[in-house]
Amino acid sequence: MPKTKSAKNNDKLIIFSDIEPFSGIKKAIQSGRRDVLETVRDSNLKGRGGAGFPTGVKWNLAAAATSEKKYVVCNADEGEPGTFKDRILITEHAKLFLEGMIIAGFAIGSDQGFIYLRGEYRSFLPILEKEISLLRKNNLLGKNILGKKGFNFDIELRLGVGAYVCGEETALIESLEGNRGEPRNRPPFPVNTGFNGNPTVINNVETFANIPHVITKGAEWFKSFGTDKSAGTKLLSISGDCKKPGVYEVPFGISVKEVLKLCAGQDAKAVQIGGASGVCVVKKDFNRKIAFEDLSTGGSVIIFGKRRKMLEVAGNFLEFFKEESCGQCTPCREGIPVLTEALSLLKNGECSKEYLKDIFSLAETMELASKCGLGQSSAKAFVSIINNFKDEYNLLKSDNKRKVFNG
Amino acid sequence: MAKICAVEKKIKINGKEIIVCDETRSKLLCVLQEIQDKKGFISDVDMQDVADKFGIHPVEVYSVVSFYSFLTNKKKGKYIIRVSTCITCEMAGSNKLISDFEKLLKIDCGDTTKDNKFSLEKTSCIGMCDQAPAIMINDRLIGNVTKEKIKKILKELK
Ligand SMILES: Cc1cc2nc3c(=O)[nH]c(=O)nc-3n(C[C@H](O)[C@H](O)[C@H](O)COP(=O)(O)O)c2cc1C
Ligand code: SF4
Ligand code: FES
Repeated sequence: MPKTKSAKNNDKLIIFSDIEPFSGIKKAIQSGRRDVLETVRDSNLKGRGGAGFPTGVKWNLAAAATSEKKYVVCNADEGEPGTFKDRILITEHAKLFLEGMIIAGFAIGSDQGFIYLRGEYRSFLPILEKEISLLRKNNLLGKNILGKKGFNFDIELRLGVGAYVCGEETALIESLEGNRGEPRNRPPFPVNTGFNGNPTVINNVETFANIPHVITKGAEWFKSFGTDKSAGTKLLSISGDCKKPGVYEVPFGISVKEVLKLCAGQDAKAVQIGGASGVCVVKKDFNRKIAFEDLSTGGSVIIFGKRRKMLEVAGNFLEFFKEESCGQCTPCREGIPVLTEALSLLKNGECSKEYLKDIFSLAETMELASKCGLGQSSAKAFVSIINNFKDEYNLLKSDNKRKVFNG
Repeated sequence: MAKICAVEKKIKINGKEIIVCDETRSKLLCVLQEIQDKKGFISDVDMQDVADKFGIHPVEVYSVVSFYSFLTNKKKGKYIIRVSTCITCEMAGSNKLISDFEKLLKIDCGDTTKDNKFSLEKTSCIGMCDQAPAIMINDRLIGNVTKEKIKKILKELK
């Protein structure tokens, strides 16, 4: 079992605040389905997996669907470079998100849940198996849960097999169905056409972990944390050049500067917010805030000290995307290698201003025309690094070496 | 061996009985994982057998196997060492770790030792960035890896 480290800050905000286990389910049963759906909607809880879709809207859509079979899926594929907060939830707070899944099942009228656990976290299977069997023993999973007639729900564990793109919700469903994990076109969304064509609610581990708190303590309490547009807190996975890497729960609206103070990383020259798919923020922007309306993130915060060469960082991200692209669509498959080549031209001082312009327009095309979030965000870090660190490369003055795309 | 699926069933692969998940199409990946675990790779014959079991074309099975980086149709070492080379680990020295491993195991990254004991690979972030550089050996996640730690681990696994 790998060593894990609990939340680093001692503030018990939402996720890590005290709660009696399974009080959320009890309350849900007492107040009924409609109340649960309303509370989740009123809380303004948004998805913690990165995209930030309102959880209440998703649940209400699934609840309204008239299908015999519905599914609840917990996305535990945590693969964004620099993210490890779900690891802490799985190893130390499994009860919390499992309870969230059961409440989701109750609210939307589903009797079957899946946890899609990334293959890299396979050693955590026994933890989840143990928790699930305890739940079954205590009638918190199974038939007529806690005596509520017709409230049936069980959870099945599925393992990923080493593909980052399977964290994308439609790819995850393909993978659950036993196929190659290639993203589908959206719409239709999983909430209409999910697992085996049935309505499926997919949420991140952290989203589910918020649910018991929202249900027992109420929407107003939940909204007392965070900003108007970003209610609640966010778990940050902080790594890189700082003295205290780890998982931190922070209220939305916290500035990058404050985050750096928490983890003792004040010497940073740049911070990557949102992992390889995110943006690189430099010192002059350290007053920007972690929130859906400003710097939106699934929780990855990577800190770069003064001596880091930022073009190397951009290269590492591109390599990651090249490795993980499913290759299904052209802008992503062909675009990433072109960016990689441009980066080496930049490093060697062989890139002209005009060519860089071409590259930026390619980056735009990739963002617009790629089929899924991987391709859409694969150029983001590259662009922000090239724009922010002009002092780390030289452009060719004349355009006589102008390269053109040859493909 | 940890149980992967809730519903399990015994089926025969190559005349040998193995336990797999029940055989609806959605369990294809679970069955392939099970074979990968048992044998360390999925052979052409296995793929044909699985295809027959599910009533699908072997090419379909092959296309699934080839998609996922933890499924292989070549035999690998008893211990697969995967070094995270994503950014936090790279900053913490994953390249140096790889060359340490290469020297100690006398192989290049991507290869398997002659005695089939170790394979060495790069991998994307394994969710241990707070303890970078981090590696995986089979299912085991190991953080704060140093050359000394590598030597110790390899000795234990010999
Ligand atoms: C390439 C890619 C990888 C993703 N990986 C994950 C992941 O590991 N975990 C996750 O919860 N969401 C991931 N997502 C987002 C999911 O598609 C989806 O939005 C999310 O699971 C919904 O849950 P939420 O609303 O609770 O955030 C990923 C998206 C993309 C495009
Ligand atoms: S954008 Fe990339 S990862 Fe997504 S579907 Fe296209 S090729 Fe696959
Ligand atoms: S970057 Fe290596 S474990 Fe995340």
